[in-house]
Amino acid sequence: MTSPHRRPSGLLRRAGFTGRTAVVGVPWLWLLLFFLVPFLIVLKISFAETQLAVPPYTPMFEWVEGQYLQLRLHASNYAYLFQDSLYFQAFLSSLKVAAVSTVLCLLIGYPMAYGIARSSPSGRNILLLLVILPFWTSFLLRVYAWIGLLRNNGVINNALMALGIIDEPIVMLQTDFAMYVGIVYSYLPFMILPLYANLEKHDHTLLEAAADLGCRPFRAFLRITLPLSKPGIIAGSMLVFIPAIGEFVIPRLLGGSDSLMIGRVLWDEFFSNRDWPVASAVAIALLLLLVIPIMVFQRYQAQEMSGGARR
Amino acid sequence: MNPRRSYFLLTALVLGFAFLYIPILSMMLFSFNESRLVTVWGGFSTKWYGELLRDRQLLSGLWLSLRIAFVTACGAVVVGTLAGLALARFGRFRGRTLLSGMVAAPLVMPEVITGLSLLLLFVAFAPLPFVPDQRGFSTIAIAHITLTLSYVTVVVQSRLATMDESLEEAAMDLGARPTKVFFVITLPIIAPALASGWLLAFTLSLDDLVIATFTAGPSTNTLPMMIFSKVRLGVTPEINALATVMVCVVTLFVIAAGVMTSRQQRARQRDAQAAAAGR
Repeated sequence: MTSPHRRPSGLLRRAGFTGRTAVVGVPWLWLLLFFLVPFLIVLKISFAETQLAVPPYTPMFEWVEGQYLQLRLHASNYAYLFQDSLYFQAFLSSLKVAAVSTVLCLLIGYPMAYGIARSSPSGRNILLLLVILPFWTSFLLRVYAWIGLLRNNGVINNALMALGIIDEPIVMLQTDFAMYVGIVYSYLPFMILPLYANLEKHDHTLLEAAADLGCRPFRAFLRITLPLSKPGIIAGSMLVFIPAIGEFVIPRLLGGSDSLMIGRVLWDEFFSNRDWPVASAVAIALLLLLVIPIMVFQRYQAQEMSGGARR
Repeated sequence: MNPRRSYFLLTALVLGFAFLYIPILSMMLFSFNESRLVTVWGGFSTKWYGELLRDRQLLSGLWLSLRIAFVTACGAVVVGTLAGLALARFGRFRGRTLLSGMVAAPLVMPEVITGLSLLLLFVAFAPLPFVPDQRGFSTIAIAHITLTLSYVTVVVQSRLATMDESLEEAAMDLGARPTKVFFVITLPIIAPALASGWLLAFTLSLDDLVIATFTAGPSTNTLPMMIFSKVRLGVTPEINALATVMVCVVTLFVIAAGVMTSRQQRARQRDAQAAAAGR
């Protein structure tokens, strides 16, 4: 007897096409087409040359005299990246800005995450909500808010002058200081959340045992809590460091006109100079720079996920 | 807890939250400023809200951004849930490593790279017949779905990982087919995760400047693009008013979601206690 529910598409199934295939296939194809293929195109164009045409780069394959197909790869864009010290310095200073911001986020975020993890359960939920709330509000508008605070006639300078601490405004906007403030401010929730998720799981009795054995609290923190929170520190740091390297909006709005960030260089190369091949080469170089931190993050993420599944 | 240490943590919390909230609060305060000078107090006024309502250009940008965000959120939830389901429930399958890699990578990819690569894709495929010949709404939405579906996948995957699988197994044992199990059992249980994934995708899309700038055509202007060009020319009180409205709407949403989740949690605890007492 055949049940009325029986799937009619026996032919499709025999061809290996099942509901499972569809579930896997849709996101797989989507990401292949809109995530992986675009990178291959960037890679391809990074080996092209600029030309005045639409699109503004030379094709990779060309028919020569209508007979044979010529493959044209120009490494000149990469050579250019190495020769012009602007790019090298932009990469270096992006690394520096990202590293310093990550450390600052860690220094501010760790005590906050620890404080939240050790407060009462009801207080914990409210504090967590307060950490997440800025994350939900517009990033662009939050960066913009700092312009109002840091300007020469902004809130901070006005307050300091009214209090008589300074006589003339301190120039803060469009400096590296403002850029760091903006990056730390924007990425702080990304540091706090993974740290909290880790610290919250810690077994409190370990610290009590240490105290019973005469260990001072700070030493107990250094020898127990800090090593145990290493996965949280790694995850939070990667979540700050990786996007900070390619950051464009914050250096553009808060940093000085001479601030060299690779995201900004890529943007200008593309939109101002209309040099698509060089912009592509910058993107590929940036990606190579990020491969190691991204792989560290992915491994951590996979561990967390499988750990969650086992529980 | 050692009182000295808790004072340290308390100070860290107070200073940290001051750092997070002072900019937002000052922006909200100055949106009610009479003076055009954004940072000098000139008396209470709501005139910038009036200006905001009369700014047709800005409102049309907002409308466009809202529509893109809506389409993005719906698309990302569909594709992201499928990916989350595959990664959490299907065990090992061909292409799993590639899929999980492609899901995780957009989460940490710098926006400039994602934006550039998608634009180059749209340009390269422009001569093909099924590709929209004008860049704008559809290209931005595709780019945003690609960006945000990873967030949905992560939320759904972790919800499925903590969900009690025995319910699904019981339904299967009773003869329900996989599709039915998904729609009758799994979907209602993971619905809150889908809702938060949808909201996350919506917010991220509404907020995105970099990827939208790359993938938009010359005549398309989303709200963040307009804000960005206005801010580059100088601070305008109108933007303060807009920011205040947006922050208030989002806060209401997040608080409502928080209240709902904690109520659900309490109900679940009560049910569990009742079940335990009944036994």
